[in-house]
Amino acid sequence: MLRIEGLTAEIDGKAILRGIDLEVPSGELHAIMGPNGSGKSTLSYVLSGREGYEITGGSVTFNGVDLLAMEPEERAAAGVFLAFQYPVELPGVGNANFLRTALNAQRRHRGESEVDAMQFLKLARARMKELSMPEDMLKRGVNVGFSGGEKKRNEVLQMALLSPKLAILDETDSGLDIDALKIVSEGVNALRSPEFSALIITHYQRLLDYIVPDRVHVLMAGRIVKSGGPELALELEASGYASVAA
Amino acid sequence: MNAVAHNNAAGLLGRAEALATPAWAAETRAAGIAALRAHGLPTRRTEAFRYTDLGAVAQASFGENSPMGACGLPMPGVPLTRGAARLVFVDGVLRGDLSSLPPRPLSDAQALLGGLTALPTQPIAAMNAALFEDGLFLDVPEGEDAGLVELVCVVTGARGAIGFHPRHVLRLGRRAKLTLLDTSDGAAGLAYLHNPVFEISLDEGAELAHVRIQREGRAAFHLSSVHCAIAAGATYDNFTLNAGGRLARNEIHAALNGPKAMCHMNGAQLVGDGQHADTTTVLHHAAPDCGSRQTYKTVLTGKSRGVFQGKILVSKPAQRTDGYQMNQALLLSEEAEMDSKPQLEIYADDVKCSHGATVGALDPAQLFYLRSRGIPQQAARSMLVEAFLTEATEGVGDEACRAALSEAVTAWWAQERA
Repeated sequence: MLRIEGLTAEIDGKAILRGIDLEVPSGELHAIMGPNGSGKSTLSYVLSGREGYEITGGSVTFNGVDLLAMEPEERAAAGVFLAFQYPVELPGVGNANFLRTALNAQRRHRGESEVDAMQFLKLARARMKELSMPEDMLKRGVNVGFSGGEKKRNEVLQMALLSPKLAILDETDSGLDIDALKIVSEGVNALRSPEFSALIITHYQRLLDYIVPDRVHVLMAGRIVKSGGPELALELEASGYASVAA
Repeated sequence: MNAVAHNNAAGLLGRAEALATPAWAAETRAAGIAALRAHGLPTRRTEAFRYTDLGAVAQASFGENSPMGACGLPMPGVPLTRGAARLVFVDGVLRGDLSSLPPRPLSDAQALLGGLTALPTQPIAAMNAALFEDGLFLDVPEGEDAGLVELVCVVTGARGAIGFHPRHVLRLGRRAKLTLLDTSDGAAGLAYLHNPVFEISLDEGAELAHVRIQREGRAAFHLSSVHCAIAAGATYDNFTLNAGGRLARNEIHAALNGPKAMCHMNGAQLVGDGQHADTTTVLHHAAPDCGSRQTYKTVLTGKSRGVFQGKILVSKPAQRTDGYQMNQALLLSEEAEMDSKPQLEIYADDVKCSHGATVGALDPAQLFYLRSRGIPQQAARSMLVEAFLTEATEGVGDEACRAALSEAVTAWWAQERA
């Protein structure tokens, strides 16, 4: 599904990714762990197409297609979803309007019929119930006045509605209390299927108690320095990143 | 404000002196002519007009707006709110056949004429005083709710590039209520001048919602000024959409004269290529325990210029004043320019007064967020521009007015992004 080969990238002339090799097969959930400044967020932004990152080498293919040649909206329509570490507030844009516009833009791009307001509301309400979100969050401005936990739940709601093939979760656990962490994890686990993959970027092992990954990769100074099974996360928690680097 | 050897308002003065003036209008006319003769039209040397030069207006020549000729309504693109009491001016002339409200003659307003203007320092009002012939007079008696009244001004071009200077006088008695929807539309490509002045007196506890949609043709001049005296416990709520004209300036001069009076001045300016739009507010807190709220939003595209000047004067007796002013501009082009000048002058010591101004492009983080969800770039930009403007219009209480505003904003943006 996702194949990254020798990927290097820089910001303002400063090398951040220094040669990433990674493959995430269909149906697998991979965790990327690493200390601050290791390049975790840069990797998520490069994969989703944010401006300001210079790709200096390597390649990324998604189901065999060159991902780096696509606009952000094309990547989304192809099935890539980024759950933001810091979801952006959009004052004046109603959450329901935003979600439906996004869903229909992707459906149009794929040549599918659009969902009307009624169908959408039914869909959204069902997903929101699963995520224990109050219904008035549909009426409010996107992420405006949402608590940290509500913003993260809104990310998972978008993911559930857009049903991507590859989800990139950028520190989705940061700022979540234990109840919210459980709800968000259940939201991700509910999407598990042979056609769904995820890249779970996290600083701590805690999230991986709830979303058990197939593989764990350790990212340090822009390179993946170690890969292993779920037990690697526990090892890191016990002995720290320094021991892996040694 | 030097007396000028060569008066740049000579053309306007010539027209003013040729007008037949009834006795009830003589004093106002004379004062207007005197102010124009003494000061001419302001150029950038005048501080209050340093961003908006009226030199182009002085150089243009405008035809008379009478006698009446044949012209037709509705004009394309001028929606009329169904069911509202309506007064319609076409090419500067009140059309009884198109109006649903029997007008009161402006001569009945003689006692109120010129009471709220200070012509030597208000050239837009002075020009109107020198040249006005007609206008709306609405006198809402104590305790009465007059509902929604619509004032429609259309310039069709049937009489060419006219100069049209209506004087509108409104008085609301104690606890009286009125919503006035006031729209200005005109033919594209026609260099006419629309120069309306409103004199508004609100007695104790009266409430006036005044919604203005300025959508003149793109070659027109729109120079308007609103003068409002607000008595104790009364509320003046102005929303102005400033969207048309080659050069448009809307001034609001409001005075909170009695305790617990309230003034809301909100608006949006939509400024496209080749346009210059100016909103200038002067708010005088003259009495204690009054509140004021101002939020203005400007969107600029192409080679355009926007201006916001907002002065709040808090006099010594105006203790416990609660004032707020915010002005935000969105620049969608490298060639657009916004000038913003907030001004606070406070002489009372127990006062809460805040103001803020922002000027910027669309936020790249917001754009990326939308695109990362599959929304194409153009659609994402549209969503953010509409959201910026929605924040300004959503505060308008009257549903029909809000719908008219929203329609005007959507139409403008649809045209700009095309």
